[in-house]
Amino acid sequence: MTFLSNLINGISLGSVYAIIALGYTMVYGIAKMLNFAHGDVIMVGAYASYCTMIYLGWHPLLSILFSIVVCTLLGVIIEAFAYKPLRRAGSLAVLITAIGVSYLLQNVALLIWGSTPKVFTSVVNFEPLSFFGGKLTITAESIVTVLACIVIMICLTLFTQKTKIGKAMRAVSEDKDAAELMGINVNTTISITFAVGSALAAVAGVLLCSSYPTLVPTTGSMPGIKAFTAAVFGGIGSIPGAMLGGILLGIIEIFSKSYISTSLSDAIVFAVLILVLLIKPTGILGKKITEKV
Amino acid sequence: MKKIIKIMSIALVLVMMLAFFAGCKSDTNSGGTGETLIKIGGIGPTTGKAALYGQAVKNAMEIAVEEINAKDGNVKFEVKFEDDENDAEKSVNAYNILKDWGMQILCGTVTTTPCIAVSTVANNDSVFTLTPSASSTDVIGGYPDADGNMTIARKDTIYQMCFSDPNQGTASAQYIKEQNLGTKIAVIYNNSDAYSTGIYQKFQAEADKLGLEIVSVKTFTDDSDTDFTSQLTDAKNAEADLLFLPIYYTPASLILAQAKQMSYAPKFFGVDGMDGILSLENFDTSLAEGVMLLTPFTADATDELTVNFVTKYKDKYGDVPNQFAADAYDCIYALYNACVNQGITADMTAAQISEKLIAEFSSSDFTFSGLTGENMTWSTSGEVTKNPKGMVIQNGVYVGL
Repeated sequence: MTFLSNLINGISLGSVYAIIALGYTMVYGIAKMLNFAHGDVIMVGAYASYCTMIYLGWHPLLSILFSIVVCTLLGVIIEAFAYKPLRRAGSLAVLITAIGVSYLLQNVALLIWGSTPKVFTSVVNFEPLSFFGGKLTITAESIVTVLACIVIMICLTLFTQKTKIGKAMRAVSEDKDAAELMGINVNTTISITFAVGSALAAVAGVLLCSSYPTLVPTTGSMPGIKAFTAAVFGGIGSIPGAMLGGILLGIIEIFSKSYISTSLSDAIVFAVLILVLLIKPTGILGKKITEKV
Repeated sequence: MKKIIKIMSIALVLVMMLAFFAGCKSDTNSGGTGETLIKIGGIGPTTGKAALYGQAVKNAMEIAVEEINAKDGNVKFEVKFEDDENDAEKSVNAYNILKDWGMQILCGTVTTTPCIAVSTVANNDSVFTLTPSASSTDVIGGYPDADGNMTIARKDTIYQMCFSDPNQGTASAQYIKEQNLGTKIAVIYNNSDAYSTGIYQKFQAEADKLGLEIVSVKTFTDDSDTDFTSQLTDAKNAEADLLFLPIYYTPASLILAQAKQMSYAPKFFGVDGMDGILSLENFDTSLAEGVMLLTPFTADATDELTVNFVTKYKDKYGDVPNQFAADAYDCIYALYNACVNQGITADMTAAQISEKLIAEFSSSDFTFSGLTGENMTWSTSGEVTKNPKGMVIQNGVYVGL
């Protein structure tokens, strides 16, 4: 029974990582850049939803839609101002800029909403499922998060495989210059990628804060790092890989907390990551890419 | 070329304006009553996760100083409060800023981990320090660790207004035993935090002595303070009927919410770090229904001193003061009484003041009655002696047990 409830806790935690990792992997897979500000876009999304829900009394669904709009705009703006001018610069310059944007967002949030934690009201309001006379409970939030993860994963896969924009994205991801020669507008394609990734961040932010309801300007940073780890774990750039990596990471974290040590859990999680990367450098579902010179 | 001249002239004007304002500021300082004010520095987190504590202390210090300066006494104070975001390094920087400002007495720092660093520096500089709320024995030094070794020597200039962690841990265990609150006890504490770990260790030691059964002890760190399901599952499976939480209110609020999601409802017992949980914005206070905590101050007490303080605080800051505010208010008044008794004046150096204040605080004649206790006394160890009160949260307010 303990095993089962730990497994369920692990999946709930993992589904939160997975939903964030999907956004990470989307942007990395196509734009080939690590958007470290992703975690902070999540935080902005959560605040946007919080403010409309609490101060304006909007319906949760409406507030999620609003937060998606805010994050999409934010993602496109960040991309246009911070990353687009560096399109031809080295990847290190973009990486540092992303870290800069992350701090900028955190500090702006600190100025607007202050540092006092806000308690997020869960957008999911049906009762938790209970089995074996209450010994095993599955919270409504984790069911919704897992479902949302699966839906998003399927939609993203279909989107990148079937639609015209999706195909353009894959082309840009494979070879920017060749794609440009084939008449694909690389800049627009990358902007759309950011828009999609940031829209996902809004959903992730709302679900993250529904499960773990404390909202502060740094809310997104630690889950962001964990989700990045999950994306690498599952094979960065791979959409099903992000989901798998997130769920596995959550399960490993909860199991090491329960059976080994609560204080060593993070160390164990990252040790597993190192092991996986040593054995399979591209991650669990990552594709092996041979670079031709 | 024209453009460059334009930009340069704007820059020049800006610099001149800056110099002008800077000049203004120093003028008012020396021209007014500036020279007769004793400079008290305050350090605490006014931003970040523990911001509520720093804000409360800052606000209460301002109220106390305003009251004192309105009196016809010889001793008057001036305060300057610096933010440290509950970070040890930033806290030492804040201390250095205050030293440059000319701080003569330090009232801080608010949280424990930064205070361990700052108290060492302040002791080396011979700056008298009265912390409102940093409760670890590592703050005052001179306590043997778990193995009986004296790792940190007594820092002679450091005194505490709040209970020390051993006192809180021990008192909690005794209280649980006396009131028969639980038979199987689970503990969740933050082992990356000196405050939380300190209380837990003493709690465990005292519980062993009293024969309390502790069935589950789980930890978390500052980096993993969002998911508590595995800790709670362990406590639930061990059938613990009381969960002891020697932690701050932010993670505590998550624990309460997650326990409810798991349909696990033990009694929750916290310490002074739990104070503030009801002030969280949009917090569902029904989650905290029945949560017990040991704290020396209740805002709903009816004595004249408390009523006066609570009314003033509410008028000025629109909020009910918590225990940290009360501790800070007491700090300023205790310093005031000691300064009056010793005839301390603003022209003395920090070291001279420190010598006199140590003599005053450690003398058995010096007693202080304030918001957080009657007839408090201090010994040379720096610890305060006062009685804790048990509180319980009912219908969204703290009620004395």
